[in-house]
This record gives sequence, structure tokens and C-alpha cells, in this order.
Amino acid sequence: MDQFSVKVFIRLRPSVLDPAGEATKSASNKLGVEGIKSLRIGKMIEVKIESETENDVREKIDLLCDRLFANTVIEDYEYSIETI
Amino acid sequence: MERFTVGIVVFPGSNCDRDVSWALEACLDIKTKYLWHESSDLGGVDAIVLPGGFSYGDYLRCGAIARFSPLINALHDFVKSGRRVLGICNGFQILTESGFLPGALVANKNLNFICDDVELDVISSKGGWLNNEHQKKGIKLPIAHGEGRYHCDSDTLKKLIDNELISIRYRNNPNGSTFDIAGITNEQGNVFGLMPHPERACDENIGGIDGLYTLKSLIRH
Repeated sequence: MDQFSVKVFIRLRPSVLDPAGEATKSASNKLGVEGIKSLRIGKMIEVKIESETENDVREKIDLLCDRLFANTVIEDYEYSIETI
Repeated sequence: MERFTVGIVVFPGSNCDRDVSWALEACLDIKTKYLWHESSDLGGVDAIVLPGGFSYGDYLRCGAIARFSPLINALHDFVKSGRRVLGICNGFQILTESGFLPGALVANKNLNFICDDVELDVISSKGGWLNNEHQKKGIKLPIAHGEGRYHCDSDTLKKLIDNELISIRYRNNPNGSTFDIAGITNEQGNVFGLMPHPERACDENIGGIDGLYTLKSLIRH
């Protein structure tokens, strides 16, 4: 069995308004940082998982993302896998 | 014959379960029974309410974890059998997360937790949750939510409109919901989810009685 470290990034779909991102963008301007065109807030989930192969991990993470981590009505996801 | 019994689902973090029980028992003389979310035995109940609150602390997304409880699994057959399910606030969020109703509920546009009375236009009485009188006059119900902005894509919205699945719309959209949507039903009409709280509008002394009909209609069909 190999150990894998997976980083899952979950983002609101571009069509979904992100009021928390908008508020943070506005605060960034107040901090004096100019030129921010867009600021959107997502989630990052770190998973350490034991599995036979990387493909195996992929299958499990796909299921987790699709059914639990993200709501695909409003969110997109992507992930990266590293062998530990 | 056994008395008609409404099951009220209790999750860790539910906080409107007792309000719903009070509204049904004390205001409408309807028998209720609390159902712990880990139970999958729905044999003794004739209709179900998913009450408001913060199931599982709203972790990950509102309603996302509740969806995996044994009770929600059992709810699929319950709904298929045609029995009635009412999801209020967090209950509505759970119904969308579990796929019983389309769309999703996300953070209010202005990020405020909004606690207020809202005027609602009644668009459809599909499923008999509301009636023609409501459609003429509209209703007023309280809302209390931070994540009540209904969101769906344009295809879903078209389907909702074409099939008359939108029951109620906000007159003055408080949270940025798509198409001012406050509550929808499934195509069969036996599942109704809404962000406003009908159970908090069941007595003239505490904010009106516009919620009575919807709760009463749990047994009407």
C-alpha cells in the first residue's frame, strides 16, 4: 500500500455570485492594494489516503468530490495527488 | 384507525423542531413524533417535516452532512410512496443537497443573517401547500437565515417556471435569490421546501397565522 497526499480545491462556479469574495475585495482596496480585478473565495481540503495505485485514489477522490466535498450545482473542483 | 402522525426529524443542531411540534400539536391538534436522524424506520409516520436549524453545524455546506443520515436515505422511498415532506429553512437546504429538490442555497447576497418578516407572492398551489386565496392576496412569513439565496442554472429555472414548481417568491428579494424564489415543490408536488418559517406564523399573538395552512396541508392529501 502506498500513501498519497491529495489537495482538493473547491471553487464557486463562475456564474455564482461570491459575496464573501466581493467583501474581501473591497477590504483589499481599503488596505490600499490596487488593481485587483477579481477575488473569489474557495475551499481547500487536504486528504491523506492509503491505496494500491494512484488510479484507485483518483476514483475515491472523484466520488468524494462529486458526492460530498462539492455541490456541483454551485461548485467546481480540481485536485492534485502526490505520493508520500 | 391510527391518528395521522407527522414525523419531525431531529438532527444534531436542529433548533426549530420544537417550534414545529408546538405549531402542529397546540395550534392544529395534529399528532407529532420526533424522529432522530439515525433512525431509518419511518413506518409510524404519515408525513415528515425537516425543521430549521444548523444540522451538523452547517459544516462543509448547509445540509451537506445531514444528507448522509440513515433517515434521509429512507426518505427516498417515503417520497416515492407519495407521502408528504415539508422542508423549512435548513430543511429546504437538506432537500436540495439530497437531490429531492433542484438548485442550491448559498450565502445571502449582502452576507447578513436576515431575521425579518417578508411579504411573499404565492405563484402556484401545486401540491396543495397553499391555496387560491393565498394566490390572490399573498402571505407574510418570518425568515431567519444566513444562507438562503436560492441558486439554479437557467435550464433548471425554465423547468421550474414551465412546470409551476415555484410556490412562493419574495416581493422584495432580501437575499439575492434567483428569480426571487423563496420556496419550490418537486414535480409530484409532495415535497415542498421553503426558506420562510410557517411554524412561526401560527398564532395571531406572535406574528400572524399565514403559516397555518401549509402545516395543516401536511394531512390534507
